[in-house]
Amino acid sequence: MNLSLTVNGVEHSLDVPANTLLADLLRSQLRLTGTHVGCDTSQCGACTVHLDGRSVKACTVLAAQTQGRAVTTIEGIGSPDDLHPMQAAFRDCHALQCGFCTPAMILRAIELVESGSALDNRTVREGLEGNICRCTGYHNIVKAVLTAGEAMQEQAR
Amino acid sequence: MSAETGIGAAVKRREDLRFITGQGNYTDDLNVPGQAYGVFLRSPYARARINAVDAADALQVEGALAVFTGQDTAADGLGDLPCGWLVKSRDGSDMVSAPHPPLAVSQVNYVGEPYGLVVAESLAAARQAAERVDADFEELTPVVATARAAQASPIHQGLEDNLAYDWELGDEAATDAALSAAVHVTRLDLTNNRLIPNAIEPRAALATFDPTNGEYQLRTTSQNPHLERLVLSAFVQIAPEHKLRVVAPDVGGGFGSKIFVYAEETVVTWAAAKVGRPIKWTAQRSESFLADAHGRDHVTHAELGLDEAGRFTALKVSTTANLGAYLSTFGSSVPTYLYGTLLAGQYKTPNIHVRTHGVYTNTAPVDAYRGAGRPEATFVVERIIEAAARETGRDPAELRRLNMIAPEDFPYQTPVALVYDTGNYQASLDKALRLADYAGFGQRRAASQAAGKRRGIGFSCYIEACGLAPSQLAIQLGAGVGLYESGEIRVNPTGSVTVFTGSHSHGQGHETTFAQVVSDKLGVPFDDVEVVHGDTGRVEFGLGTYGSRSLAVGGSALICASDKIIAKGTRIAAHMMQAEPDSVAFEAGAFISGNQRLTLQEVAFAAYVPADYPPDLEPGLSEKAFYDPENFTYPAGAHIAEVEVDEATGVVQLANFVAVDDFGHVINPMIVDGQVHGGLAQGAGQALLEHGIYDADGQLTTGSYMDYCMPRADDVPDFTVDTTVTPCTHNPLGVKGCGEAGAIGSPAAIINAVTDALGTEDITMPATPEQVWRKLRGL
Ligand code: FES
Ligand code: FES
Repeated sequence: MNLSLTVNGVEHSLDVPANTLLADLLRSQLRLTGTHVGCDTSQCGACTVHLDGRSVKACTVLAAQTQGRAVTTIEGIGSPDDLHPMQAAFRDCHALQCGFCTPAMILRAIELVESGSALDNRTVREGLEGNICRCTGYHNIVKAVLTAGEAMQEQAR
Repeated sequence: MSAETGIGAAVKRREDLRFITGQGNYTDDLNVPGQAYGVFLRSPYARARINAVDAADALQVEGALAVFTGQDTAADGLGDLPCGWLVKSRDGSDMVSAPHPPLAVSQVNYVGEPYGLVVAESLAAARQAAERVDADFEELTPVVATARAAQASPIHQGLEDNLAYDWELGDEAATDAALSAAVHVTRLDLTNNRLIPNAIEPRAALATFDPTNGEYQLRTTSQNPHLERLVLSAFVQIAPEHKLRVVAPDVGGGFGSKIFVYAEETVVTWAAAKVGRPIKWTAQRSESFLADAHGRDHVTHAELGLDEAGRFTALKVSTTANLGAYLSTFGSSVPTYLYGTLLAGQYKTPNIHVRTHGVYTNTAPVDAYRGAGRPEATFVVERIIEAAARETGRDPAELRRLNMIAPEDFPYQTPVALVYDTGNYQASLDKALRLADYAGFGQRRAASQAAGKRRGIGFSCYIEACGLAPSQLAIQLGAGVGLYESGEIRVNPTGSVTVFTGSHSHGQGHETTFAQVVSDKLGVPFDDVEVVHGDTGRVEFGLGTYGSRSLAVGGSALICASDKIIAKGTRIAAHMMQAEPDSVAFEAGAFISGNQRLTLQEVAFAAYVPADYPPDLEPGLSEKAFYDPENFTYPAGAHIAEVEVDEATGVVQLANFVAVDDFGHVINPMIVDGQVHGGLAQGAGQALLEHGIYDADGQLTTGSYMDYCMPRADDVPDFTVDTTVTPCTHNPLGVKGCGEAGAIGSPAAIINAVTDALGTEDITMPATPEQVWRKLRGL
């Protein structure tokens, strides 16, 4: 089928099999390998991307569902020279070890902050429930999200 | 050296920039032109005879390239996957190794065991073809339960029973005598639950073969690419070492599960030459559950004797360890040498005896998982001490303190083979008690009670043996190879430094910490030091990362190589300054003699483009060193858990966790804290959530994240972590290793807290809401 969508601000028109998952489209066709696949039951969250600004699990979204919509992956969030505050906070707080869960955590965390709800240790932990990290024990991830949350809210003011 | 980047500084990790921007290079992110895709055929049965595998239909699928079975790999002379550690039974006989072909030939022995590989143009075609393979199995009765496996009929043809070994350590007669003379004996039956490691990056392999020169290249998710190459060359005989390059690029966590040489990367590499195409294979999570080596799975009976004053007089332990269907790479050593030797814990127990029956079952192979043997030992020691304290009406902290090895007792020879070099266990305990506000626990308990909840507190004063391993000792104990680590330091002509290490980072941050060490030692700016690892084509040799060995062994090798750089640089500098080498000192990156001074950079330049140069010296400034540790290192610490149990639901909330660890000197405290946090969450997972369960037919009932409960962010609290320091006495950095401590100490502390809250010792891991709810109701 023919598919038109915007990924990280760039418009794409592609021919894909109708059963293609968004995760595969991103990784295999667009070579955006920052979106990871960690499970086959839609539970690890490693594939999280933004679809029109909301976080979704790209392993559970058909590419066809993104017709005419905007996808943002970690590659569209910031670069080493121009980090998003959430990316910077992850590094500053040592919120990653192997890095495999990290792009997805960052995308989920950005949405959590942007949703505008009050953030504290508990709400951040609940908000990250859909993303598994096996390395960090979450302690520093929570710290990073709270730190970046303040920076982002500061920026927004 | 700069206080911001030297030893002891919380330097931000340089590897992070690529990970936080999605630029990491994990194996599945890599692609090579012309690559085909592999899908493994896996046994649906726990135990079955393979009568026939018919691939005719599968090969009709458009894009299907080949189907290989165990018959093919066997006919081509592919060797078995070896177990690298020979354990001897108490009667002196060698352990019984069941042959472990990379693809099952005539019989499958666990659900998920690979018996074939399908290769196709696309992943979709490979999956489709795999479904069309017609395999004729004849089901056989499986053996599943750990405790009864030894008596069951043998699962492997040609073996007399399911016993791989009957191993012991310590003086049984003396231990028995001390137990019968004891004033009090505490007895405890314990289960250490089977765990499934679950690094979030599934295993993967991308293999290429170049027919023009006969070279294979395997990129794979490995914690030790050199060991992988050694085994694939020397044992499996895929290709000679100089024709096989193994690269472990960015690896998304390991926790032990990526140490081992598995069937999948072996067969994919072999098949790349057969098909004449690069082949990529990436595990689906369900395959990780079925076919990654699992961890733990012990059934234990333990007895602890105490005298009138509460001093431990004897500990006797009998354990049945489930090894799975085959002996994995290090599987035999985990419930023996990494377990029995740690049963002295932090205490002066004079008599200890341990016996381990290692058994085969129709389950996935069991091998090292974070902590490997040491969490199991800690669980036995720390659970039984807690029970003894309760039985004899003593404060659990004070009972521990009474029995602890004192700082003046080091070096301390335990009755189970190890010599602890140094430690101060009381200092860690004292600090932990303060941080946990032990004195205020009564009040907190009362407050919980008032809210309809039960509160409990539990301790665990663990010890571990890390820095694998003093080679002589390891070989005496059955290791197939010595366990040196290698390092090479190349000072480039312009003075920048390239470090090659045999350690491998899959989350630990070596690119940062090893650069800190070398920049500190050689006085070169941190940013001028690059760390290269994980590639047999670039690094001469290495034994990789496991057993918290990277810094203690790999880091020490770098110190030795740095010393050689300084020694050689001193001779070059002396020549250049026309001074005696003895008069030249090396300080902060410069060679100094009298009022003359040459930087390392100047000396390096002179070394590579020599004009006026010492006649008896090789040009160049690159040195390597192999470091063999004199002894294990012995990180130790005190962990205190506090839990709150909801009587209505049985849910155990980990309310507070304090860990005070002694890792010796710390290179990067930020990274060390992170390692502890991660280990604690895995330990909390073992204690409260995770359980790999096979049903009676040998089907894995916890084969996905829907039924294997991984710790998530809201399952754990913020952790309070701190350190004490007694530097390791026998390595140049004074470091001990920090990667496993969290997972070693915490399960016992948490279960001690749960049993304290419930007032019964009869809780098995994981302490699920259902189990706790039943216990609360006496069911
Ligand atoms: S890959 Fe695990 S949730 Fe999408
Ligand atoms: S950093 Fe490794 S899984 Fe999160």
